[in-house]
Amino acid sequence: MATRLFGEPVARTEDARLLAGRGRFLDDLGRGALAAAFVRSPHAHARVVDIDVTGALDADGLIAVYTYDDLQGRVAEPLPLLIPHPALTHGRTGHPLARDVVRYVGEPVAMVVATDRYLAEDAAAAIEVAYDPLPPVVGIANAAAARDLVHPDVPGNVAARLLQEAGDAPAAIAAAPHTLELDLSIERSASMPLEGRGVRARYDPGEDRLRVHTSTQASTSVRMALAAKLGMAPVQVEVIAPDVGGGFGVKVVHPWPEEVLLPWAARTLATGGAPVEISWTEDRREHFVSSAHERGQLQHVRVGFDDHGRVLGLDVEIAHDNGAYTPYGIIIPIVTSTQLLGPYKIGAYRAEVTSLYTNTVIVTPYRGAGRPQGVYCMERTMDAIAAELGLDRADVRAANLITPGEFPYDQGLTFQDGRPLIYDSGDYPKQLDMIRDLIGWDDFAALRERARTEGRRIGIGLGCYVEGTGVGPYEGGHVQVDTTGKVHVATGLTSQGQGHQTVFAQIVADELGVPMADIEVTTGDTRRFGYAVGTFASRAAVMSGNAIALAARKVRDKALRIAGDALEADPRDLEIVDGVVRVAGAPESAIPLRTVAVLANPLRYSFDAETAAAGQFAGGGPGDDEPPIAPGTEPGLEGRDYYSPPRATFASGMHAAVVETDPETAEIRVLRYAVVHDCGPMINPRIVEGQIHGGVAQGVAGALYERLVYDEDGQLLNASFMDFLMPYATEIPRIETDHLETPSPLNPLGIKGAGEAGVIPVTAVIASAIEDAEGIPVRAMPISPSELHDLREEYGKARHG
Amino acid sequence: MTEQRHAIVLTVNGTPCHVEVPARRLLSDCLRHDLGLTGTHVGCEHGVCGCCTILFDGAPARSCLTLAVTADGHAIDTVEGLATGDTPAPVQRAFGECHALQCGFCTPGFLMTATALLRERPDPTDDEIVEGISGNLCRCTGYQNIIAAIRRAAELTRAAT
Repeated sequence: MATRLFGEPVARTEDARLLAGRGRFLDDLGRGALAAAFVRSPHAHARVVDIDVTGALDADGLIAVYTYDDLQGRVAEPLPLLIPHPALTHGRTGHPLARDVVRYVGEPVAMVVATDRYLAEDAAAAIEVAYDPLPPVVGIANAAAARDLVHPDVPGNVAARLLQEAGDAPAAIAAAPHTLELDLSIERSASMPLEGRGVRARYDPGEDRLRVHTSTQASTSVRMALAAKLGMAPVQVEVIAPDVGGGFGVKVVHPWPEEVLLPWAARTLATGGAPVEISWTEDRREHFVSSAHERGQLQHVRVGFDDHGRVLGLDVEIAHDNGAYTPYGIIIPIVTSTQLLGPYKIGAYRAEVTSLYTNTVIVTPYRGAGRPQGVYCMERTMDAIAAELGLDRADVRAANLITPGEFPYDQGLTFQDGRPLIYDSGDYPKQLDMIRDLIGWDDFAALRERARTEGRRIGIGLGCYVEGTGVGPYEGGHVQVDTTGKVHVATGLTSQGQGHQTVFAQIVADELGVPMADIEVTTGDTRRFGYAVGTFASRAAVMSGNAIALAARKVRDKALRIAGDALEADPRDLEIVDGVVRVAGAPESAIPLRTVAVLANPLRYSFDAETAAAGQFAGGGPGDDEPPIAPGTEPGLEGRDYYSPPRATFASGMHAAVVETDPETAEIRVLRYAVVHDCGPMINPRIVEGQIHGGVAQGVAGALYERLVYDEDGQLLNASFMDFLMPYATEIPRIETDHLETPSPLNPLGIKGAGEAGVIPVTAVIASAIEDAEGIPVRAMPISPSELHDLREEYGKARHG
Repeated sequence: MTEQRHAIVLTVNGTPCHVEVPARRLLSDCLRHDLGLTGTHVGCEHGVCGCCTILFDGAPARSCLTLAVTADGHAIDTVEGLATGDTPAPVQRAFGECHALQCGFCTPGFLMTATALLRERPDPTDDEIVEGISGNLCRCTGYQNIIAAIRRAAELTRAAT
């Protein structure tokens, strides 16, 4: 048997092209398209009084200018609300171009189409918009106070109130021997892929067909949205995600205003019979002010616990800032309020979420998607319990862990997929032992003491999480062997750097017995696979990986059946090795898969040598009274299948860090960062490691450097890489990793998702370590040196004053 | 009013390229959209992310902060020129071996920066590597494998010479 590739650190098949500069990102897709540019609101909240386009009309290269009044049909309607929820009683979405009122700085007001981007921006700059400013609502406190409203018909600025309850938490807290209350905050951050959004739309009036390339995480859904918005049949619309330069969540929102407007304008302008193609590539400032942000929450915690630190009751109020609109529903606070529970058995739990409108950029999932906030809340609480009782922080966690014998473990809540929150598998006590070992938890007190004698402050922190991954409803896969022996694999979901082409090829190589080099994988192209959900929620490997495995098994079964006829052997006695079907134990009786592919199609014009060569096997065909295509079969050596799980599968991990804080400057340095991670059996450990590294880096960024600073007028003050402090290599610590592989019982490959994991507990871990170094409670993250300095002042005064 | 255009000659990856551009045209746009060399990417257009890094007379430079007209008569190297025929340069090979790229968008900038770094310091320490790439942002990898790749590229280069 050939070596199994599942589990091997196989080099990526994506890389050669990307390393040679032959990537095909949105803005690389050829010349000759018209260019779009947008006029965006400079006000956080204002009435649009007048749009004067006169100045633009003489601009060089101008093709068209559009404002809301130009939009027609369903394009003029509000953008869709993708994920409704009963608790989202006041969901609101914007229009592709602002109608009457703008609700955040950056909201699109007018679109210009010109022959070139420079000229389009010239024309956009010549458009004069008169605004009548309205009072902006900025920040969670102001939103909740509701002195002013973001939407006049949304009382209290409340988009949603969501209650999650398991047991009677208030009663459990009242009866508990110890209680604590904490107020926690976590600020806004953003996915910030290095490639922004972008759309390229080509409408061909002769064929009445639309082809859209878009830098998206959900091409099939963009297609459905466009078909509906433009009144076209889905078969007339092709949507392709080309190489996508990072997503991290922000590109899952769809359709963006620009994704609707460019295709619509291409069709509108195609009056002369010739195809019209328009392209738009978001610039960095646009990405800051007009895509999406995440994270911002205020949390109030009440917890009751016993002498061992076991949590008897937990009651959390979460105020969530959803920005100006809710196109993506309330997934983030749903995830926060459910995944907050982590690997713990909480006696009774109650979470009340209030999701509030503000005059800021929309808030939609960013890697972690609400989990970092939930884990921050729970882990800060665990540390506070340990401090209150004078117990070791790891011991308090150990006292609360779900044990391996308790799976499947039902948390008694409803998860983001609408299904019960039931953990499928894991080994949390072992994970805790592993992270203690990896970071040297038990020996740290001596290190801390030694550092103190040298005038240095170091601290250690710990954070644990459970992550629901691989949510449904489904993904599909298609596997086709052609008559050259090449294997073509397609799945509908998209890729943004996760190495899907590699891992899906590994799966097919194993299932089908073909070399990796013969396998080509296409993702995110509706021309190849039309049904898909998208790449988010750490779901691609679980969902498409399993779907592709199932499709490959169908192809294998078919290949063995056809080869069995040709070789006059029982299919059960056949194996496929290196692309050749052969009788196990009698390898001279063999037929290559490429020949089987010929035999799979009764129409056999001899276009190639392989077809001619297949003649030797043609004997065992159907009898005279049987149809050439047997009932229940199809021509071609190909198969399609879908994977649809009953519920999510739950990955988990524990992180620990050692930080040093400078006694003088309050500079914070991460000295060590350790990760123990369990995503089930790893298809490609090297790729999993890479995902963890990247996730932790984004976590460190969110804990110490990145935030989005709005002033009271709703202006984003740091909307550039000069001021939004995305870390360089100089800021990111080396990451030490260890893995546990607890299979999931829910899917054929036994795997769990890995994409988001790295980022989830980092803010909690860094807060824990700084608190340990400083002896001061850290309740607001991210934290900068000046904020740590202020905290020291505040606590110094409280202690000594 | 149509903009005045300027005839310039850039020696790109060793080949003289004649192009006419408006004075305001960025070198990044000229390379990408006038010459079709889309390997050089644009991530911020304000000189912070390093995706657009090219070599300008051998030294790393931000092509998004450079006007194409100022490159007239100068030598520009881009990612497309790193390989020799079908043989990848040591930095390209090392980035693949060490899984130093995920989405690949920032990668050309890192490759050009690393190329210049290794010319200057054929055997860099990890600190020198970190310092050398401290003007390039990557959102996917957490940098650890990029640092390893540049170390590996130094090994490969030494082994080849």
